[in-house]
Amino acid sequence: MTRVPLRPLARILEARAKGENPDLIEAENLRQRHEEMADRTRARAEGRLLVIAVLFLCAFAAVGVRMGVISASEPVEPRAATAGAPIATARADIVDRQGRLLATNLVTHSLYAQTRDMVDPARAARELAMIFPDLDAQELHADFTSNRKFLWIRKTLSPEQQQAVFDIGEPGLLFGPREMRLYPNGAVAAHVLGGTRFGDEGVNAAQVVGVAGVEMAFEERLSDPGQSDAPLALTIDLTVQAAVERVLAGGMQIMNAQGAAAILMDAQTGEIVALASLPDFDPNNRPSPLTKGQPADSPLFNRAVQGVYELGSTFKIFAAAQALELGLVNPNTLIDTKGPIHWGRFRIRDMHRMDPIMTMTDVIVESSNVGTARVAQMIGADRQKAFLTRLGFTETLPVELVEARRAKPLVPERWSELSAMTVSYGHGLSVSPLHLASAYAAMVNGGIKVTPTLQRGTDVAPGPRVISPETSAILRKMLRQVVVRGTASYGEVAGYAVGGKTGSADKPSATGGYEDDSVIATFASIFPAHDPKYVLVVTLDDGVDTSGPEPRRTAGYTAVPIGAEMIRRVAPLLGLKPEIEPGSAPGVTLTSN
Amino acid sequence: MRVLFFIVATLAVMALGNWAYVENYKTQRTLDEVEHLQREIGQIREQLGVLRAEWAYLNRPDRLRDLAEINFDRLGLLPLAPEQFGSVTAIAYPLSPSAQMLLEDLDMTDLIDVRGEVTE
Repeated sequence: MTRVPLRPLARILEARAKGENPDLIEAENLRQRHEEMADRTRARAEGRLLVIAVLFLCAFAAVGVRMGVISASEPVEPRAATAGAPIATARADIVDRQGRLLATNLVTHSLYAQTRDMVDPARAARELAMIFPDLDAQELHADFTSNRKFLWIRKTLSPEQQQAVFDIGEPGLLFGPREMRLYPNGAVAAHVLGGTRFGDEGVNAAQVVGVAGVEMAFEERLSDPGQSDAPLALTIDLTVQAAVERVLAGGMQIMNAQGAAAILMDAQTGEIVALASLPDFDPNNRPSPLTKGQPADSPLFNRAVQGVYELGSTFKIFAAAQALELGLVNPNTLIDTKGPIHWGRFRIRDMHRMDPIMTMTDVIVESSNVGTARVAQMIGADRQKAFLTRLGFTETLPVELVEARRAKPLVPERWSELSAMTVSYGHGLSVSPLHLASAYAAMVNGGIKVTPTLQRGTDVAPGPRVISPETSAILRKMLRQVVVRGTASYGEVAGYAVGGKTGSADKPSATGGYEDDSVIATFASIFPAHDPKYVLVVTLDDGVDTSGPEPRRTAGYTAVPIGAEMIRRVAPLLGLKPEIEPGSAPGVTLTSN
Repeated sequence: MRVLFFIVATLAVMALGNWAYVENYKTQRTLDEVEHLQREIGQIREQLGVLRAEWAYLNRPDRLRDLAEINFDRLGLLPLAPEQFGSVTAIAYPLSPSAQMLLEDLDMTDLIDVRGEVTE
């Protein structure tokens, strides 16, 4: 920057020559210089102000952002004594439809050993073997003195056991906190709940993983930390479930059955209110799966969902439904029931003597194999296959139980006319009792297919229509007649207008063919028949009624009385009031004069 | 003037420093308290979980049924049966207060005066 002189000689001399005051020039120049200085200072000051403004802005922004973060962030969750567990431990509770606890978590402790911290391994092993009778002192001592540094001893401890171990006073024995899954109701609803095991294990925590039932099917939902506070509500009703299991267990004992299953389902929504399979187990202490033999022999086997059986005459209603729907028959159409039918080397005959010609209703009421086979011939194999597929009999069910995914129905390899005839009375097609319950619900609820579900509060869109409401009404009347004057006469429960269909199918033997005196007896029932609220399916594996002079194995004597007792016990619990069946009062004819 | 300004500024800085110091410690104390409270809440929730589990365990259907059977002499509890449903019309409702009063006022002892023989 060039500095302008205040008194430039040239201009001073010029001014003097003109007789002007040269001081004016100096004053002028001085003013200009001051102006420049002022400009520079202002610019610098403005720059500083800008810097300060930016700094303040940053400071205020930091405060503002922090305030925003604090106000928008979730409050820190209160922690239990164990802080900073790297494994997600929270698992949501499971409750029944009325909020009663079915599964919850309990904090307990695991026991492990740090062998290099041990003072007296021999004594520790001895004392531990005294506290836990299933542990062996020799083995423990061998483990403690081997070169292993770390050793799990117990996965869960009771408070008493923990105190006893603590009293040993061995510094190498340590406790790790554990969340353990607890099923307070014991074996009630065991097959629905399934069970859990420990997954990833650390010293401070262990992950609980479902191994069966809803625990496994809802694994993602239950272990989601965001939803661990909201319990998972099932459609099961604990009281009803307990009553169903009680009646089923009693019935199974009386009938000397190997196993039994019962399903109680809401006929409109497909919500499963109770699902029992016997023999059962305690999910708190889940037995290990069988390594040999039939899986069905294990108490872990869920007969209601996992077992696929030929369910016998209970299928006749589907043949009737389709024939009615197609307009092939009406309830009073006469069907030729003269048997046996010979088809190749196969012979279809009836269990007992019947009239040679019967109405459609009577074919169902008397459960005539020959009559139903004739109806199936009218329908034809292709149409029957399409109808049963629409009812869901050829696919696994989408119910929220892992076992259901493994229960694929066994369908005839080639759906021939003979298959159609045998399938019409429930042979040659094996499905689970749950399949049967959902199909019965669709038959009687007005003809809408239902999807069985165990999760409460899911909005299930109404399924497709499978039969017309008129057909459904006729089927309800037929099912009612089966109980009033047919094979299920022991199924009558005063006030609840039970309707239903029996089915007794010979069990397939291990060597192929069928067993002679071993049946799967099924009673598929609805109540009340005039306005079905619930569908109940009871299945007995190899039950026999020995109260009479000779053993009786058909469902009418085994499964039906159990089903009736179940309805008698369960219907009041479901809030169903006994009522007089419409149309059952002595006929009144309206007349006018 | 300048001196006064300096003195005031120094005092203000000291006061602000003191305020910041006090606030800092108060915040730390509060954070400790929050930590403590959260641990307490966590423990209480854990206890609540245990109590809920215990409640469910004590109310499990098997146990209630056994208790009902053991104490049948005293309680006479039976499973709910269809016959136990009643109708609302079968319940005797108390009379309305006015009707009650009317009944009480009506003194009928003197009114009946039988003359002659009572014949069917």
